[in-house]
Amino acid sequence: MEMKRKGMKNRVLFQQEFEIQGGDFVNAGESSCKIRNTLREIGINSDIIRRIAIAAYEAEMNVVMYAQHGTMKINVYQDNILLIIDDKGPGIENIELAMKPGFSTATEEMREMGFGAGMGLPNIKKNSDVFQITSKVGQGTSLEIKILLNGKNG
Amino acid sequence: MKLTEIVKSLNLQVACGEQQLDKEVCGGYSSDLLSDVMANSKKGDVWITLQVHPNVVAVAMLKEIAGIVMINGRMPEKETIEKAESEGLPIMTSDSPAFELVGRLYEMGISGKR
Repeated sequence: MEMKRKGMKNRVLFQQEFEIQGGDFVNAGESSCKIRNTLREIGINSDIIRRIAIAAYEAEMNVVMYAQHGTMKINVYQDNILLIIDDKGPGIENIELAMKPGFSTATEEMREMGFGAGMGLPNIKKNSDVFQITSKVGQGTSLEIKILLNGKNG
Repeated sequence: MKLTEIVKSLNLQVACGEQQLDKEVCGGYSSDLLSDVMANSKKGDVWITLQVHPNVVAVAMLKEIAGIVMINGRMPEKETIEKAESEGLPIMTSDSPAFELVGRLYEMGISGKR
């Protein structure tokens, strides 16, 4: 599912895209680790990196746990970083409920692995300056996570 | 305090990352919920957990955890060790339960508050 993006006046300074395979728990988290390493290399402030790493990891894990497939794109602009996650999956019926801390539809097996605490989406929101979620049941879910950079490197 | 001192004092077994035991430990966090660790652990923490699957490595790398201690005699899975080795992340194991380990660490001056 692709979300409509509008009003992107800024030029992209840096862009990277990752494929996320649903159900692949062994490699889960690697895209987030790569994003973190890249942001470090281009000299982004460590507090900004910490927030992006948390948001990216939670979003990546949601794709791994619930969707068939997804992509995670990171766009670095002059004054913000935009993380876009689109997945093909079951979608979310009630977004308001999904955003509620503690609510989770994770299986027993996932919970035993320490997932499904119902903290994923709330963690993402908490670490974003702008957070948008759209979903269509039976099609998929899209997240847009924007983190503002203050000054040169945040 | 360095990881080596903790390994010695608590008699931990080192499962991998033996070369990185000179890492500095600044604090500690104990949790088995990965989202909780993502949200609340801090850089340089030693992480006490019962989770042994490979995803703990990604969490530890993203949060710049100094090292993981697996409790109650639980051993890291093969993929966990492989991933941790390639990332240079020390994983230690202990027969003790979390409560005991955290208490001993606190006695050594490792705190959950910073």
